[in-house]
Amino acid sequence: MENIISLKNLVVEFEDGERILKDISLDIKDKEFVTFLGPSGCGKTTTLRIIAGFLEPTSGDVFFDGKRINGVPPHKRNVNTVFQRYALFPHLNVYENIAFGLRIKKLSEKEIVRRVGEMLELVNLKGFEKRSVQRLSGGQQQRVAIARALVNHPKVLLLDEPLGALDLKLRKEMQTELRKIQQALELTFVYVTHDQEEALTMSDTVVVMNNGMIQQIGSPTNIYNEPVNAFVADFIGESNIINGCMPEDCVVEFTGRRFQCVDKGFSPNETVDVVIRPEDVKVIPADQAKLTGIVESVVFKGVHYEMVVDGVDHKWIIHSTKAELVGAMIGMDFDPFDIHIMKKSEDGNG
Amino acid sequence: MKQLKVLSLPYLVWMVIFILVPLLMVAFFAFTTEDGSFTIENVSDVGQYANIFVRSIWLALLATVICLLLAYPLAFILSRMEKHKQGTMLLLVMLPMWMNFLLRTYAWMTLLGNNGIINNLLGMVGLGPFKLINTSGAVVLGMVYNYLPFMILPLYSVMEKIDKSVIEAASDLGCSFRSTLFRVIVPLSLPGITSGITMVFVPAISTFIISRMLGGGSNLLIGDLIEMQFLGNSYNPHLGAAISLVLMAIILVIMTVMNQFSPDDQVLI
Repeated sequence: MENIISLKNLVVEFEDGERILKDISLDIKDKEFVTFLGPSGCGKTTTLRIIAGFLEPTSGDVFFDGKRINGVPPHKRNVNTVFQRYALFPHLNVYENIAFGLRIKKLSEKEIVRRVGEMLELVNLKGFEKRSVQRLSGGQQQRVAIARALVNHPKVLLLDEPLGALDLKLRKEMQTELRKIQQALELTFVYVTHDQEEALTMSDTVVVMNNGMIQQIGSPTNIYNEPVNAFVADFIGESNIINGCMPEDCVVEFTGRRFQCVDKGFSPNETVDVVIRPEDVKVIPADQAKLTGIVESVVFKGVHYEMVVDGVDHKWIIHSTKAELVGAMIGMDFDPFDIHIMKKSEDGNG
Repeated sequence: MKQLKVLSLPYLVWMVIFILVPLLMVAFFAFTTEDGSFTIENVSDVGQYANIFVRSIWLALLATVICLLLAYPLAFILSRMEKHKQGTMLLLVMLPMWMNFLLRTYAWMTLLGNNGIINNLLGMVGLGPFKLINTSGAVVLGMVYNYLPFMILPLYSVMEKIDKSVIEAASDLGCSFRSTLFRVIVPLSLPGITSGITMVFVPAISTFIISRMLGGGSNLLIGDLIEMQFLGNSYNPHLGAAISLVLMAIILVIMTVMNQFSPDDQVLI
């Protein structure tokens, strides 16, 4: 597969010297569903706006299909955007909103009717042609926004938190639908979200960003199972993150005890972040355990119970299908491959 | 509901006394002679002033169009500025309005006069003198100068509400700035355009001070004509009332036509 978009060393700096993006480099493959994931202010929307052409990077290059497109205005780029709050044209009805891009291209009326009809079918809005967009529900407006962008047959569709304003159930439906559309039309989707679950469900590739830097690029399983640093581990799902050190290969020491692990290649006694997923903490009888703690709280979460356990130097979050008694002393154990060792990230935990 | 009705009573009384009664009085005067008998002569006499009506409509129209052309880009730039700069700029737009209307128009008299500042300056480089004052051009200038803020403000307040992302969406879908302007910004600012036109056109068509001071005797407008019937030498309130009535009818017709271009929920009258 070829790269359709390449970002090379993008830097965005505001007049007051604030750096929004610090050296972003990234390749996006053709027909790929890529998600930029990160907390608000991490630079994900800024990166998307650079691809769309609404913002020029302070330095760095943007390549589209092998050609450098810095300075090319948005209306001359072969990408279309689905905006955060849809940005539909309030003075036009559903049909004219979708036909907007085609009218600019001066396509024949016959072609416009055909392509708009196709889109209305795709997003399930047949019969809504004459409806004013201001009288549509959030979900319907979202569909119009998607159709309005897709009708132009862009090579790349950019989506800026498009489902943020929808309720949970509708969001889930739209996630599946968007993924279906992307696969059916064989398009490249660049999707921005702060919702880690959304990112994991829909994407081929997830780009985790924080503080204007890319933290990790990988498949959803890769990102979840092998987070490269404590930030990613913490942002993707819940984690216990403990300070530790590596006295030797495959041995890690934290909260004053030594455990077997599978990680190698750290310098002797290097301090590291130890990451353990809440569902990977095994509850065992206290008298058989190296590590014990007092159960502080138990909350029912549907599939599992979430327990907070006060250990020696760390409050542990444990997910288990079996509830323990509050105030009970329990033991905790881990399989060696469930203990993830990470280098301390350079900019602390931020 | 009942409480609301009680509260609205003073306003109703006010409106009857100061709006409805005077309107009826104008109509009564327009259709009666001095001894109180019914006539349509006054109204039919208005016909002889057709040329003044045409000139008034033409000059007011010209001033309105110039105001629109000047105010539209200004209001757009203003609405896209950073929020804190918008406040300062708006203040600058409003500032001249704080000065007395007559004073501002007097100032133009001294500027435009045959021995005025403009002609003096032009004389220094060997041009002129030009006849600037007492021309219909000076009247239009006075109208534009005095009523420009009434065009800027409604335009600005509508444009300020246009979502930035809608403009970005247009350019994302292939619009150059020009086509974004005509396909998105103008249609969305239509309510501002119509109310701006009303706010400028209506006072401009009925003004008499501006034409008196800047137009000399030769550029009589409807406003001057009406004033002459009530306060001037040709005292005839019956004819004056008839002229007023016809003017109102004309404005009503023009506004009705204008409303055809407004969205349904933004009708002005």
